Amino acid sequence: MSTKSDFRGSRPISSFFLRKPKVRLISLLSLPMTWIVGVYIVSLFLLLITAFWNVDPFTSRVSPGFNLENFIMVFTVPAYIATSIRTLFIALSVTAICVLLAVPLGIYMAKIAKPWLRNILAVAITLPLWAGYLVKIIAMRLVFTEEGFFNWLMAPLGIRGPGFSIPIVILTLTYLWFPYMALPVYTAIRQIPPNLFDASSDMGAKGFTTVYRVVIPLIVPAIIAGSVFTFSLSLGDYLAARFTGGATQMIGSIIAANINLNPPVAAAYSMIPIAFVVIYLMVARRTGSLERM
Amino acid sequence: MLRLSRLTRVALGGVVLFILFFMYTPLMVLILNSFNESQISGWPIESFSTKWWEFARSYQPIRDALLNSVLVATGAMVIASILGTLVAFAMKGFSFFGKGTVNILIVLPIALPGVVTGVAFSNTYSNFLTPMGFNIGYFGMIVAHSTFCIVMVFNNVFARLRRMNPNLQEASADLGAGLWQTFRLVTFPQFRTSFAAGALLAFALSFDEVVVTIFTAPPGVDTLPLWILKEVGRPNQASVVNVVATVVILLSLIPVYISQRLARAQEDER
Amino acid sequence: MKGKKLAILSALSASVLIISGCSSGSDDSSGVAIEVPDIPMHEAMGEFEGELNIVNWSGFVEPAWTDKFTADTGCKVNPRVAGTSDEMVTLMRTGQYDIVSASGDAALRLIVGGDVQPLNLDLIPNFSDDIAAGMKGNIYDTVNGKPYGVPIGRGANLLQYNEEVTGGAPESWDVVWELNTPYKGKITAYDAPIYIADAAVYLMYHKPELGIKNPYALDETQLAAAIDLLKQQNQVIGEYWSDPVAQITSFVGGNTVVGTSWEVLRKFAAKDNLKTTLPVEGSTGWFDSWLVSSTTKNINCAYAWMDYTSKPEVNGAIAVNFGMAPANVAYCASSPEAQAHCDTFFAEDEEFFKRIWPWTTPIETCVDGRKDVKCTSFQEWTNAWATVKG
Repeated sequence: MSTKSDFRGSRPISSFFLRKPKVRLISLLSLPMTWIVGVYIVSLFLLLITAFWNVDPFTSRVSPGFNLENFIMVFTVPAYIATSIRTLFIALSVTAICVLLAVPLGIYMAKIAKPWLRNILAVAITLPLWAGYLVKIIAMRLVFTEEGFFNWLMAPLGIRGPGFSIPIVILTLTYLWFPYMALPVYTAIRQIPPNLFDASSDMGAKGFTTVYRVVIPLIVPAIIAGSVFTFSLSLGDYLAARFTGGATQMIGSIIAANINLNPPVAAAYSMIPIAFVVIYLMVARRTGSLERM
Repeated sequence: MLRLSRLTRVALGGVVLFILFFMYTPLMVLILNSFNESQISGWPIESFSTKWWEFARSYQPIRDALLNSVLVATGAMVIASILGTLVAFAMKGFSFFGKGTVNILIVLPIALPGVVTGVAFSNTYSNFLTPMGFNIGYFGMIVAHSTFCIVMVFNNVFARLRRMNPNLQEASADLGAGLWQTFRLVTFPQFRTSFAAGALLAFALSFDEVVVTIFTAPPGVDTLPLWILKEVGRPNQASVVNVVATVVILLSLIPVYISQRLARAQEDER
Repeated sequence: MKGKKLAILSALSASVLIISGCSSGSDDSSGVAIEVPDIPMHEAMGEFEGELNIVNWSGFVEPAWTDKFTADTGCKVNPRVAGTSDEMVTLMRTGQYDIVSASGDAALRLIVGGDVQPLNLDLIPNFSDDIAAGMKGNIYDTVNGKPYGVPIGRGANLLQYNEEVTGGAPESWDVVWELNTPYKGKITAYDAPIYIADAAVYLMYHKPELGIKNPYALDETQLAAAIDLLKQQNQVIGEYWSDPVAQITSFVGGNTVVGTSWEVLRKFAAKDNLKTTLPVEGSTGWFDSWLVSSTTKNINCAYAWMDYTSKPEVNGAIAVNFGMAPANVAYCASSPEAQAHCDTFFAEDEEFFKRIWPWTTPIETCVDGRKDVKCTSFQEWTNAWATVKG
C-alpha cells in the first residue's frame, strides 16, 4: 500500500483532480451535458422555437416570425386549460397511489419477508416491466371492459367497474409505472442499517412511529426519485388515455394531434408539461432540503 | 429488527397481496389469451388453442424485432449508465450555478410527450445531419433512447449518493488511493445496487418505448414494440402479440435474475 | 403511347365530372383550382435503385408480395407502419421515405405542401380501366387535373350495432348524435379531426338550411354547427377509438352498442350479433392511394412498386389482408373467394360508394367550388376537435 507522499508523486492525474474541484466538476459534467444539450436540447429548441412562428394554413408549413397567439390560445381556450388540469390531476394521483403502495411493499420486503420470499417479491415487481407497454395497456382494457375480467370476477359481489374513464387511466398508468417507484423505494429501505431500527425500538418507539420517524425521512430521496418517474411519465403519456380513457383527453393527445399540422400550437402547448415538471422539481427540492434539516 | 405488531404485519402482508393481485391479473389475462383460439383477445376465452404459439415459432420478423430491441436497449442502457452516473456525481459533490437547470434538463426527455422528443430528434437527423452527409441510421435510435434513459440511472444513483458517507472517500484518498481506485473499491460498491436498479429500469424503459422509436427508427427496422403496434393495427393476427409478450416475460427472468444476484453479492460483502 | 395517355387523361377528367356530378350536386367541382408547388413528374423509367422505403398502414406491405417484387426488380422493401394519418405526414416530411399509402385526409395535405410529386401514369400500365371508377380522379389525390395518387383500396365508415340490444338496423345516424339516443354511454366515434366530416354529413341531411354541399368544404358557420353537434355527442359518448383492436374489444366486451366502424372490424369481431349498416344520411370513407415523395432517391423502384401493386392479384392480396375493397376490380372475377371478398366490401358497387364521401383534407379553398367564402382548413378542424373532447 502506498503512502500519502508516494501518492503525490506517483498519481499526478489523481492529485491534479483532487486539488482542482472545478476541473473535476467540468470533467464530470462535460460529457453528459454535451450529450443532453448538444443533441437533445438543440433538437428540442429547433422544434419549440416554432411556438412563436406562423404556420401557413395552406401547406401547414411553418415560417419564422414572432407572434404570441399560440401561447395566448394555450392559456385561453377552455378545452386546453381543462386538459392541462386533468393531466396534472392524473399524474399527481398516479404518483400518490404509487407512493402509498410502494412504501408498505418496500417495508414488507426489506424488513419482514424471509430472504427467499424477498427475492421472489423483488423479481415479481420487476417482471411486469417486460411485458411490453402496449401489451399491458391492452391487457388493462381486457380486464376493465364491460364484460371483462373485473366485472366477471366482481359480479357475485354486485360490484361493477367504472367503464373506460379517468379512474381507469389512473389505474393503467399506475400499473405501467409502479415498478419505477417500487424499485428505488425498496432499494432505499433495504439500505437502512438494521441498528437504526433497533435503536428506535430500544428507545420505546412502536412500529408505526419507527416507520414514520425513521424510515420515511430516510427514504424521501428515493420517493422523490421514484415520483419524478411516475409524475413525468404520466404527464407525457397519451396512449394509455387513448386505449383506456374512453373520451379522456390528455396533454399528449393534443400535442400529438398538432405536431405536424400545426407545429407552433404543439410547441406552445409543450411548455405546459415543461412548466409542471419545473414546478414539481422545485417543490421536490424544497421537500428534500426540509428533510435534511 | 423492525418490531411491528402482528396486526401491522398482517396488514402489510395484505397490501403486498393486493399489489401482486393488481400487477398480475392483467398479465394472467394476457398469458391465458396467448392460448385463445380467436384472432382478438377477449374475456372470457371461449376456446383454447396453441395455434398462435405455433405461428410465432416460425415467424421470422418477431426474432428480428426482438434482436433490435435488445441491441437498442443494451446500447441505451450502457450510454445512459455512464452519463447518468457522471451527472449524479457532479450533482452530489458540487454546488454550482445552474444545478437546478441540469436536473430539469435530465428529466425533460421523459416529461415531454414522446412525440415531441421523437419529432425533435427526427427533425435534427433529417434536416441537419443528413444534409451534412452524416447518415445516423440505426444509431439515431440508440441516441434518442439513451437520452430519455439517463434520468433512470441518474435518479437512482443520486438518491443513493445523497445518503452515502463522504468520509469513506476522503479516508480512501488519505490512505493514498487514486480517484479511480477509490471509485472502484470504495464508492462503487456502495451504490452498486442503486446503479443496477437504475440500469435495469433504463433497459426496460428503452425496451418498451413506442412513440420516440416510431420517429427515430430507420426505414424497415422494427423493434418489438413497433412490431406489436403493427400487429395491433391489423387485427387478423392480434393474438400472436400475447404469445410474444409471454415469451418476453419469461426471457426477462434472465436480466432480472442477474440483477438480483448482483444485489445479493453486495449484501454478502457487507 | 401518346394516344393511350390521352385516353387515360380524358377518362380521368370524365370521371371527375361524373363523380362530382353525382356526389356533390354541383356540376363544376372540377373547376376547383388549388395552388400547388410546381414539381416535375418522372419522364421515363430508368435503372432500379435497389431499395424502396415505404410508410404504410399495417397490412399493406407484407413479405407475401414484397418478396416477389424484390426478386423481380432488385428493390429491397423497407416498410414503416404508421398508426395515424398524422404520423404518416410527419414521417413523409422527414425525407427518409419514398412512398406512402396515404388516406385522403393525409393525401391532399401532402400534395398542397409539396411533399409529393405528380405522377406519370404512362409509366404505370396497370393503372388501367380495371381500377374502380369511383377511385379515379377524386379531389384528394387529383389536383388541377394532375394525378398524384395510385389507388390501393377503399372502405366506408359504417354504422355498427349490436343487434341483441338494438333489435334491428338503425335507419339513421341519429342514434349516435342525438341526446335522446337510447344508447347513452354506449356510443363510439372515430377519434380524429376528420370525424368532423361525419357530423357535417349528418347536418347536410337534417339541416339543409346550413347549405353544406360537401362535408370537407365547411365555412366558419358550418364548422361551428358541426362542432356543436359533436359537443352534443360528447355528452352521450362512451369512447372515441382510433385503434382497431380497441374498437373491437369495445363492441365484443359490451362497452359499445352503436358507433362508427369498418366492415373489416365487424368481421374480426366474429360475433353474430354485431352488424353494420349504411344509414340514410350516407357516410364518409377512406380511400387510400400510393403517393411518391417529391424528394425520393428511389423513383424507379417507386414506380415499379405502384405498377406491381396495381396488378389484380397483388392489389387483391393487399385488400384481402387489410380487409377493404380493392382498387383493381379485375381481381374480383379471378376466383369465387375473390368475388365473395369483393361482395362483402362492395368493391364493384359504385352505387354504394356514391353515398360515401371520401376523406379529403379540408383546405381554405372550398373544394365544393364556392368562390365567395373561405373554407376552414384542417388546422382549424384540429383545434376545434380538441375543444370537442374538452
